[in-house]
Amino acid sequence: MDKGHTITIYSNQLSAALKAFLYRIADDQMVIAHRNSEWTGLGPILEEDIAFSSIAQDKMGHSHAVYSILHEHFGEADPDTIAFTRDEKDFTCCHLVELPIGDYSFSLVRHLLFDLAEQLRFEMLENSSFEPLAKLARKVKGEIKYHVFHAVTWITQLGAKGNEESKARVQSALNETFPLALGIFEPGDGDEELKVASIFEGEDVLQKKWLEAVTSILNEAGLTLPSLNDVEPVYGGRKGYHTEYLQPMLTEMTEVFRIDASAEW
Amino acid sequence: MPTVDDIWNALREVMDPEIPTVSLVDLGVITRVEITDDNVAQVKMTPTFSGCPAMDYMKNQVRERLQEMAFDGVEVEMNLDEAWNTNRLTEEGRRGLAKHGLAPPPVYEGVLQLDVLNNIACPNCGSQNTDMKSPFGPTLCRSLHYCRNCGEAFEAFKPL
Repeated sequence: MDKGHTITIYSNQLSAALKAFLYRIADDQMVIAHRNSEWTGLGPILEEDIAFSSIAQDKMGHSHAVYSILHEHFGEADPDTIAFTRDEKDFTCCHLVELPIGDYSFSLVRHLLFDLAEQLRFEMLENSSFEPLAKLARKVKGEIKYHVFHAVTWITQLGAKGNEESKARVQSALNETFPLALGIFEPGDGDEELKVASIFEGEDVLQKKWLEAVTSILNEAGLTLPSLNDVEPVYGGRKGYHTEYLQPMLTEMTEVFRIDASAEW
Repeated sequence: MPTVDDIWNALREVMDPEIPTVSLVDLGVITRVEITDDNVAQVKMTPTFSGCPAMDYMKNQVRERLQEMAFDGVEVEMNLDEAWNTNRLTEEGRRGLAKHGLAPPPVYEGVLQLDVLNNIACPNCGSQNTDMKSPFGPTLCRSLHYCRNCGEAFEAFKPL
């Protein structure tokens, strides 16, 4: 328990908005962490196996930290209970993170598009008026920098520095993934309150920064982002509507916990 | 009655569970040490990597070490008041890393540029003619490198 801080008293409305916002962030992190961990033992080369496993471990740590904020500042359940006992409909992750790992080009493109959004989101949150989140943002930025570095290195390697086949496969994954990635920025009901309270500027602001950054990286990599006008963002995740893939993943993830909630490993 | 200096000295004997040549003080994870008027030792710590499984272990080690001293209570808290980075490693800590075969992270000013990873000095021969093979290694705090000079693969404690 973080005893050194006075807890800011927010209105019920603002408190609900902030809680929903934190759940969105942490659910994304935990679900993508689990998906990334599915590359353990399967990576195309050993270093990639280790990289995806390490990134998974970082992201699991980040989600734990955000669930801890919910627990300590909003009286939500402890992080393990939050992670292991909720059903699909209680999760507010975007569809992008819940899809199976697919082939390596999909996982890599998802890694770039998601982690770049994470990096920019936490950069914005470093100045959040909600101090526990601002402190966490200052903490995780160094780790996320490595995630983005890894993604950009490989996208460039397979794009501009690759051959025709590698480039075509990454481009095809990009076309498939772009509408899903726009789902990261699905607005929440309480976003206006968060903005007014200087907690978070808004998903629209983040999406704009992200589009600029991702376009510049893809240009360097000899790849093209589909036009925003040609695609329909995949929304629904933030409202608890999910793909057929989330519940089976959660069922697998919680298997040990459901057999023995006190198991340690 | 033990003093604040006694606590710092005691914590210099508590080693990183994965790098036994570096103490928690030299690792830079101890951010504050105080003794209250009613003789309670209070230590504040900051985590290295968010997902590092050793953090709880470190916290318990600190608590157990201080419980051996003549205090009427021991409180150890992990918080993010001061975010950890590798510039917090002491000179002694950097020597400890090298002793364990890990290349110490370059000290940096301002914002860390990750291209420094391409020329980490080899802990075996000292050459900077090295390549980074992967920014991720066997633990969250290590990266993988290869020395073109002596032909050895090595690990670095990566800059954060």
